[in-house]
Amino acid sequence: MRRQYVFLVLIVLLAAFSLWVSLPDNSGFSLDANGDGTEDVGLQIRQSLGLDLVGGLRVLLEAELPSGSFTSDELSQAAQNVSRRVNALGVTEATVQVQGDRRILVELPGVTDPRAAVDTIQQTALLEFVNFSGVPQSQSFEGRRILTTEQLTIQQQREEAALDDVSDAPASPQGEVNPTTGLPFETVMDGSGLQAATALFENNQWLISFELTPDGAEIFGPFTAANVGQPMAIVLDGLVLSAPVIRAELTDGGVIEGSFDEASARQLALQLRSGALPIPLRVESTETVGATLGQQSVNLSIRAGIIGVCIILLFMVIYYRVPGIAAALALIVFVLLNLALFKLIPITLTLPAITGFLISIGTAVDGNILIFERVKEELRSGADIDSAVESGFNRAWKSIRDSNLSTIIICGVLFLFGQTPGASVVSGFAVTLALGLVVNLFTAVFVTGTFLRILIHLFREPIRQRQYLLGA
Amino acid sequence: MFIFRLVQLRRVYFLVSGVLILIGIIAMLVATLQIGAPFPLSIDFVGGSIYDLKFATAGADEASIRAVFEANGASNVGIQQVGDPDEFRWSVRGPFLDVETSRNVQEQLGELAPLDTDALRIETISATVGAEASRAALIAVVVAAVVVTIFMVIAFRSVPNALRYGICAILAMIHDVLIVAGFAAIMGLLFRWEVDALFLTAVLTVVGFSVQDTIVVFDRIRENIPRHLGEPYETIVNRSVIETMHRSLATQLNAFFIMIAILLFGGDSIKQFIAVLFVGLLTGTYSSIFIAVPLLVAWEKGELPFVNRRGRTSQERASRASEA
Repeated sequence: MRRQYVFLVLIVLLAAFSLWVSLPDNSGFSLDANGDGTEDVGLQIRQSLGLDLVGGLRVLLEAELPSGSFTSDELSQAAQNVSRRVNALGVTEATVQVQGDRRILVELPGVTDPRAAVDTIQQTALLEFVNFSGVPQSQSFEGRRILTTEQLTIQQQREEAALDDVSDAPASPQGEVNPTTGLPFETVMDGSGLQAATALFENNQWLISFELTPDGAEIFGPFTAANVGQPMAIVLDGLVLSAPVIRAELTDGGVIEGSFDEASARQLALQLRSGALPIPLRVESTETVGATLGQQSVNLSIRAGIIGVCIILLFMVIYYRVPGIAAALALIVFVLLNLALFKLIPITLTLPAITGFLISIGTAVDGNILIFERVKEELRSGADIDSAVESGFNRAWKSIRDSNLSTIIICGVLFLFGQTPGASVVSGFAVTLALGLVVNLFTAVFVTGTFLRILIHLFREPIRQRQYLLGA
Repeated sequence: MFIFRLVQLRRVYFLVSGVLILIGIIAMLVATLQIGAPFPLSIDFVGGSIYDLKFATAGADEASIRAVFEANGASNVGIQQVGDPDEFRWSVRGPFLDVETSRNVQEQLGELAPLDTDALRIETISATVGAEASRAALIAVVVAAVVVTIFMVIAFRSVPNALRYGICAILAMIHDVLIVAGFAAIMGLLFRWEVDALFLTAVLTVVGFSVQDTIVVFDRIRENIPRHLGEPYETIVNRSVIETMHRSLATQLNAFFIMIAILLFGGDSIKQFIAVLFVGLLTGTYSSIFIAVPLLVAWEKGELPFVNRRGRTSQERASRASEA
């Protein structure tokens, strides 16, 4: 019996922890033991909500090139380009992921104007070689956003194209100007002058070798000849990637040296290639959800869930009496555990995901019911309370396991189906339902068992005299 | 214990289910003649666009909304007013529109009456993505069928005539899927409900629950055969059904409580999904008791067509096994 009380304490602690985690305004904790301003122990908890609940824009983009004409590295570089532009838009918590071998999924919570966002996303990457001659501390520009003449030219072309529709005017590019002249930096050549770029390991260092097109060589040759010893910046979408110094005149190609390691050399080569041969992206599907619509769904689902749970709690207590109380308490632990796990795993909640969770609540008591019906049968056949309860738990276990298993297997199939871009809503449902069933294996058997054994231990005599208290 | 004459009435259950399934199949045939598919398929599977609009004031009606879409090259759109008329909510289904056209449509709709952009939902799916989802759906159905069959074989591996139990459970499952499909077809004809990715999810979930229910009942029959030697097979089966009935009803009741709560108090967008799931669980419970079990008895008694009468062999084998 001592063991049961130890279990009880553990369950209560677990439930209290889950309750704390699942509190809506809990943002976790951080501990800074040595006081150096960085956290030593920390737990960030925040429930992430799907676009259908917070509102925003989801765009599925597909590469407009035949399969095989680009590598998966190049596609993920294209995704990074999209991600960089999305961040420049100022969208927080945007996600950009590669899906399959030719698609990119972009989710922009809170974005209300799909057109502006899609325009920004669909822009092909702009790779520039920028004149940095005379710029002091040119290395320190790496990673900074600069304004160039080419960017302004493109901006002007767009404004002319959008003349008839003022609302279409694109946002003007932002960035630092040349500190020595106070004007935008001068673009020497754009990515179309580049033919190939690869990372190489030579003489114990990583470098990037590139080749120029004949047109590119015509511009690049004279420029490098006139600026030997000066820095030149490689700029992608306004962001300075690298600012190497020109060592000699380059006529058909050359190498970029720098303090590269393997990863950064490959990365820069890929960025150069993606700028030279950008993957054009076509919009395959979009979903725009207004902010209030999602909030409404959340509120309605929460209300439906609370009402449903209350009815189940009442039913279990009325129908099964003392075991029903144990099951009702276990169901509360079940709900808390699930809510905490959604935050800790973390699972993004969408409307189907919330529904899957609610359905799992509805079936969570099935395990308890199987057990309690067994207990009643044992009591009817004349067994003592304790042995009836024990054999009820033992004999129902196989049924509980098998019945949960068949639904968990189906959830696996559904999850795979949900990996298709068009059916992504399905995976949320499958994940929360399966998680609920797994948690239920623990709460229906272990938690309910502990509660019931303790209740019977505390009130053995009253229960023994009134067997209807066990539902029999 | 009082034993109902449950399985003796099996012909009635078969008839009731047969009629229900027949109505569903007729609905599917009618729909196929009308729209070329047994159910209206949603844009998840065929591609297209959905505009859930909410105007802030009056001013837009079906004709003016249609005119906006037609002006942008989208003919043949389905327009429906949803909710109360004074909420000015409309749902429009049309072909796939690119971002540019979609934006123009939105602007011109805003000229009819101010749009509430916070309560807007626009979804566009290209035909390619839709076709891929359809293919994935077919694969999901096939995989689910195979997996469930394997699961049955494993669950009943130690039972005499395991194949028989497995086939009866699968027949009950097919019964449930047919009923749900018929329900979807009828709702499609009457209320233009569409079959989307969530519908398939509901069907597969029903399959999972249906199998689980049948297994519990069959498990009890298997347990009771050696315990009640000498009783007729039908009595043993009846006894097993009655013994598991409490559990079946209590479990389903709790699932229904949650679903009714969602149907009554939850959001609109999930209600069709819950309704399908609800019908599915209802038929799943019904079929495990009134289809799977009577089928088992009918097979045992040699009443099924195409199946040789090998009556009572399983019982004899079981009793021999328990004596050994």
